[in-house]
Amino acid sequence: MQNHDGQFWGYRRPDGRVGVRNHVLILPTITCAAQAAHQITQLVSGTVSFIHQHGCAQVGVDFEQTFRTYAGMGANPNVYGVVVLGLGCETHQARSVAEEIAKSGKPVEVVSIQDHGGTLMAIAQGARIAAAMVADASRLMREPVPVSELIVGTECGGSDACSGISANPAVGWVSDAVVDAGGTSILAETTELIGAEHLLAARAADDRVAKRVYEVIQAMESRAFMMGVDIRTGNPSPGNIRGGLSSLEEKSLGAAAKAGSRPLQELVDYAQRPSKKGLVWMDTPGQDIEQLTGMVAGGAQVVLFTSGRGTPTGSPIAPVIKIATNSHMYSRMGDNMDFNAGTVIEGTETIEEVGGRLYGELLAVCSGKLTRSEILKQHDFGIWRIGPTF
Amino acid sequence: MQKAHKVVMMKPVDSVAVALTDIPAGTRVRVVCGESVFEVEVLEPIDFGHKFAVRPIAAGESILKYGEVIGRATSDIRPGQHVHIHNLEGVRGRGDQLAKS
Repeated sequence: MQNHDGQFWGYRRPDGRVGVRNHVLILPTITCAAQAAHQITQLVSGTVSFIHQHGCAQVGVDFEQTFRTYAGMGANPNVYGVVVLGLGCETHQARSVAEEIAKSGKPVEVVSIQDHGGTLMAIAQGARIAAAMVADASRLMREPVPVSELIVGTECGGSDACSGISANPAVGWVSDAVVDAGGTSILAETTELIGAEHLLAARAADDRVAKRVYEVIQAMESRAFMMGVDIRTGNPSPGNIRGGLSSLEEKSLGAAAKAGSRPLQELVDYAQRPSKKGLVWMDTPGQDIEQLTGMVAGGAQVVLFTSGRGTPTGSPIAPVIKIATNSHMYSRMGDNMDFNAGTVIEGTETIEEVGGRLYGELLAVCSGKLTRSEILKQHDFGIWRIGPTF
Repeated sequence: MQKAHKVVMMKPVDSVAVALTDIPAGTRVRVVCGESVFEVEVLEPIDFGHKFAVRPIAAGESILKYGEVIGRATSDIRPGQHVHIHNLEGVRGRGDQLAKS
């Protein structure tokens, strides 16, 4: 264990925020540019990108949410600089996204496939810019930074009955430690808090936050009503059920343990950056990748992700520390898991002991230790779409 | 001597406990939670992570875990019986019931 004094080694950005990684992001604002963006990452070391299917024929709040997600990914302090890659005619204009990201003061350049004379010319231009950015980025040195600079996302995916007993309470312990050090911890996956909302509302910092808790829960539950089905047909998933979880409420009560015990300061929209420190709830679905993307676009530099069934999930720009709820899965899914909380189930460690060990791992990862999903290039990205494509 | 099977009961008010090893049918287990102690004969095989009743639960009654409601019994459940989707239904997000009514 190291850095238990509440510091880690990070990269200070022009806007004062701190990154735990130093990526150059090739950001395709439209699905038509995603393949070219991927090609640039093949040419230029130190760059990352992601594949997606969005960015055109979107309107209203759905347009805004997608825009906020793109801009948030670029603005995340784990990103040194951004090449925004567009096609040219899409609704999500690369230039508008670039202007939003540039407010953070980091280097941002736009490349358009139509303006640069086609795919190959755009790839060449993008790669040329990215190579210069990577050279500049590599000159930066990490410096000691207090934990108060961290926004830690918390997440559970592929839950089992151990999640609420071992790994989620351990994440809750770390969440409290981060909050006590002046940092921010994000609780999310609104779907998987249905049935536990009264516990969170009781911890709300004021009546407005408590009211918002019930509003987002009601909005999520009413979507299940609109579909005319039992939400259990999709959540808990078949794997959750095989693992012993019988209802969404049971899953939710286990999931809520990730939030520790500190007051709930704020409720933010999907991919929105928290304005407060402390424990914050982001309104996201339970779907792992959409939730992860929302938190990272909202500024989370690192994510604590618990799993009982095992999952490969990772982000192109943020380390995701994957925590096994049971030792059996930890040994079976060694390729994907970073940390074992199953010792709580065996009775060889307490929640506090596992929490302390996990806090040490968090600071080590924030200081540069690579997670399994980074090593395996698991660059997942998915936007929570809230409107139809036209 | 009988092999000890690990179980956990989260809150004293709960109606279920969780098996932390696979427990064969016919096993007698001692479930301790705070002041509460239950001697339960497990009536069906309970897989790792799955639940069994520690007290009688009537059909329609709320089932408690973590001291909170995790759903409703769809049939009478005896102590030691497996509690899962065959005899527990969630009460939240039930668009199916809304569609029927």
